[in-house]
Amino acid sequence: MYKKMIVLRFPPEITDQPLVCSLSREHDLCFNILKAKILPGQEGIMVLEVSGIKKNVTAGLRYLREHGVKVKSVSQEVRRKDDICFQCGACTAICPTNALYLDQETFEVKFEPELCKGCEFCIAICPVRAMELRFSHEKVLV
Amino acid sequence: MSKYKVNKTFQEINAKIKSGKAVVVTAEEMIGIVKDEGPEKAAKKVDVVTTGTFSPMCSSGAFINFGHSVPGIKASRVWLNDVPCYAGIAAVDLYIGATEPTENDPLNIIYPGEFLYGGGHVIQDLVAGKPVRLRAESYGTHCYPRKFYEKTVRLSDLPYARLVNPRNVYQNYNCAVNLTKKTVYTYMGTLKPNAGNANYCTAGQLSPLFNDPLYQTIGTGTRIFIGGAPGYVICEGTQHNPNASRTDRGIPRTPAGTLMVTGDMKQMNARFLRGVSLLGYGCSLAVGIGVPIPVLNEEIAMRTGISDEEIVTQVVDYGEGYPKGKGESLAEVTYAQLRSGHITLNGKKVKTAPLSSYVRAREIAETLKEWINKGSFLLGEPQELLPGPAEK
Repeated sequence: MYKKMIVLRFPPEITDQPLVCSLSREHDLCFNILKAKILPGQEGIMVLEVSGIKKNVTAGLRYLREHGVKVKSVSQEVRRKDDICFQCGACTAICPTNALYLDQETFEVKFEPELCKGCEFCIAICPVRAMELRFSHEKVLV
Repeated sequence: MSKYKVNKTFQEINAKIKSGKAVVVTAEEMIGIVKDEGPEKAAKKVDVVTTGTFSPMCSSGAFINFGHSVPGIKASRVWLNDVPCYAGIAAVDLYIGATEPTENDPLNIIYPGEFLYGGGHVIQDLVAGKPVRLRAESYGTHCYPRKFYEKTVRLSDLPYARLVNPRNVYQNYNCAVNLTKKTVYTYMGTLKPNAGNANYCTAGQLSPLFNDPLYQTIGTGTRIFIGGAPGYVICEGTQHNPNASRTDRGIPRTPAGTLMVTGDMKQMNARFLRGVSLLGYGCSLAVGIGVPIPVLNEEIAMRTGISDEEIVTQVVDYGEGYPKGKGESLAEVTYAQLRSGHITLNGKKVKTAPLSSYVRAREIAETLKEWINKGSFLLGEPQELLPGPAEK
């Protein structure tokens, strides 16, 4: 079973089309909607966990892209505000994938977004809230 | 007759600082110097060793006078950005504590609480020059009839704002783990179950009180770097415990000495004063402090040459033992082991993580070195040293 956490952005002109259901009907995928906000006439946003055979996941995401949906993985959405981080290292204790780690030479806290799986543990644990999810600004959490 | 071969005084070192001839190194640089040349040569060569630390230090706060309004108020309750302050002092004086949460903060009602804003954040905002809402209430008196006062203030508007931290710069601190089966949220950070991580919180070999472990140079009147400005050690801090068990080199094995410190907020820089939110625990203030250590003789040179390999602390269970007041040591580890990224506890490899910024600690030691090299920062000779360990 292959799983992927993704963020979908729907341009205003396609928010009236039933696209996500095709993941299950035509691509044999399971999906779990974690967060969503789709309103007429506005860009819609949805955070989705998709699971199934890897080949089907790839095909399903290609289908969404072909229909105008912007697809990104959640990890691409986790960001560190470097001006706020003061390099303490508290996050390195809980990051399950070592995307946040301490450089053994300089003791700097490094962040490698490509290793991030988007678990969001670091966001609440950071003492100065330097880690953020980009789409949290898009009112999806409100 | 002195028991030392090298004998220097504060006055001599200050004269060298003024004439630009003082040799100043950081505590990290001193390790190699003492190792290569021995304490005696190191004491002849080096005049001052600079240290640094930047960590959450809960026992912190500020005395603020907000000036008289017309008509006046004898403020009995005061808030800054909705954070309650202590107002049981003179008419327009207050003390704001770093760990005071915003009034109406949900605290731990929805566990773990986030504690997004508190006294430490107010201090950071003031130092950053941001506007802060001041609200004061009173019962009204003949001389100060006003019962309510509200105003937006900035640090520059306040007649007086001084950081006075009753307990900072802890000399050593526990390394925290959690042996229970559930995640716990503590002042030592989030601890995963079954010893999933081990958190520690000092700058080790750079930390001020590890470089003067027996308080031979630090006391009332020692000039320091605090929050980016020059400040002073007032005296020993609360919970100062010089009688903790020590290694042969005088390094305490458990939390020991502390400092009460002060500095003028108007000269500070928010880079070195940061409001922090500890998930499930509360809010606090991360304070940047650096203490210069005068190398008065070869013994002090030897002590400032301490490295992480020679500094130890105790691993304590914050899941069950510590909350029950039974925080016995599960293991003794060195800071070199903690910094390596993992320790071994009961045969299991446990990932370590700091809560103290080593990068900023280094920056503070370097900045203090720069100030002294420029001749703009002289050493303060203590009027009284901190209380030391009892004679055995």
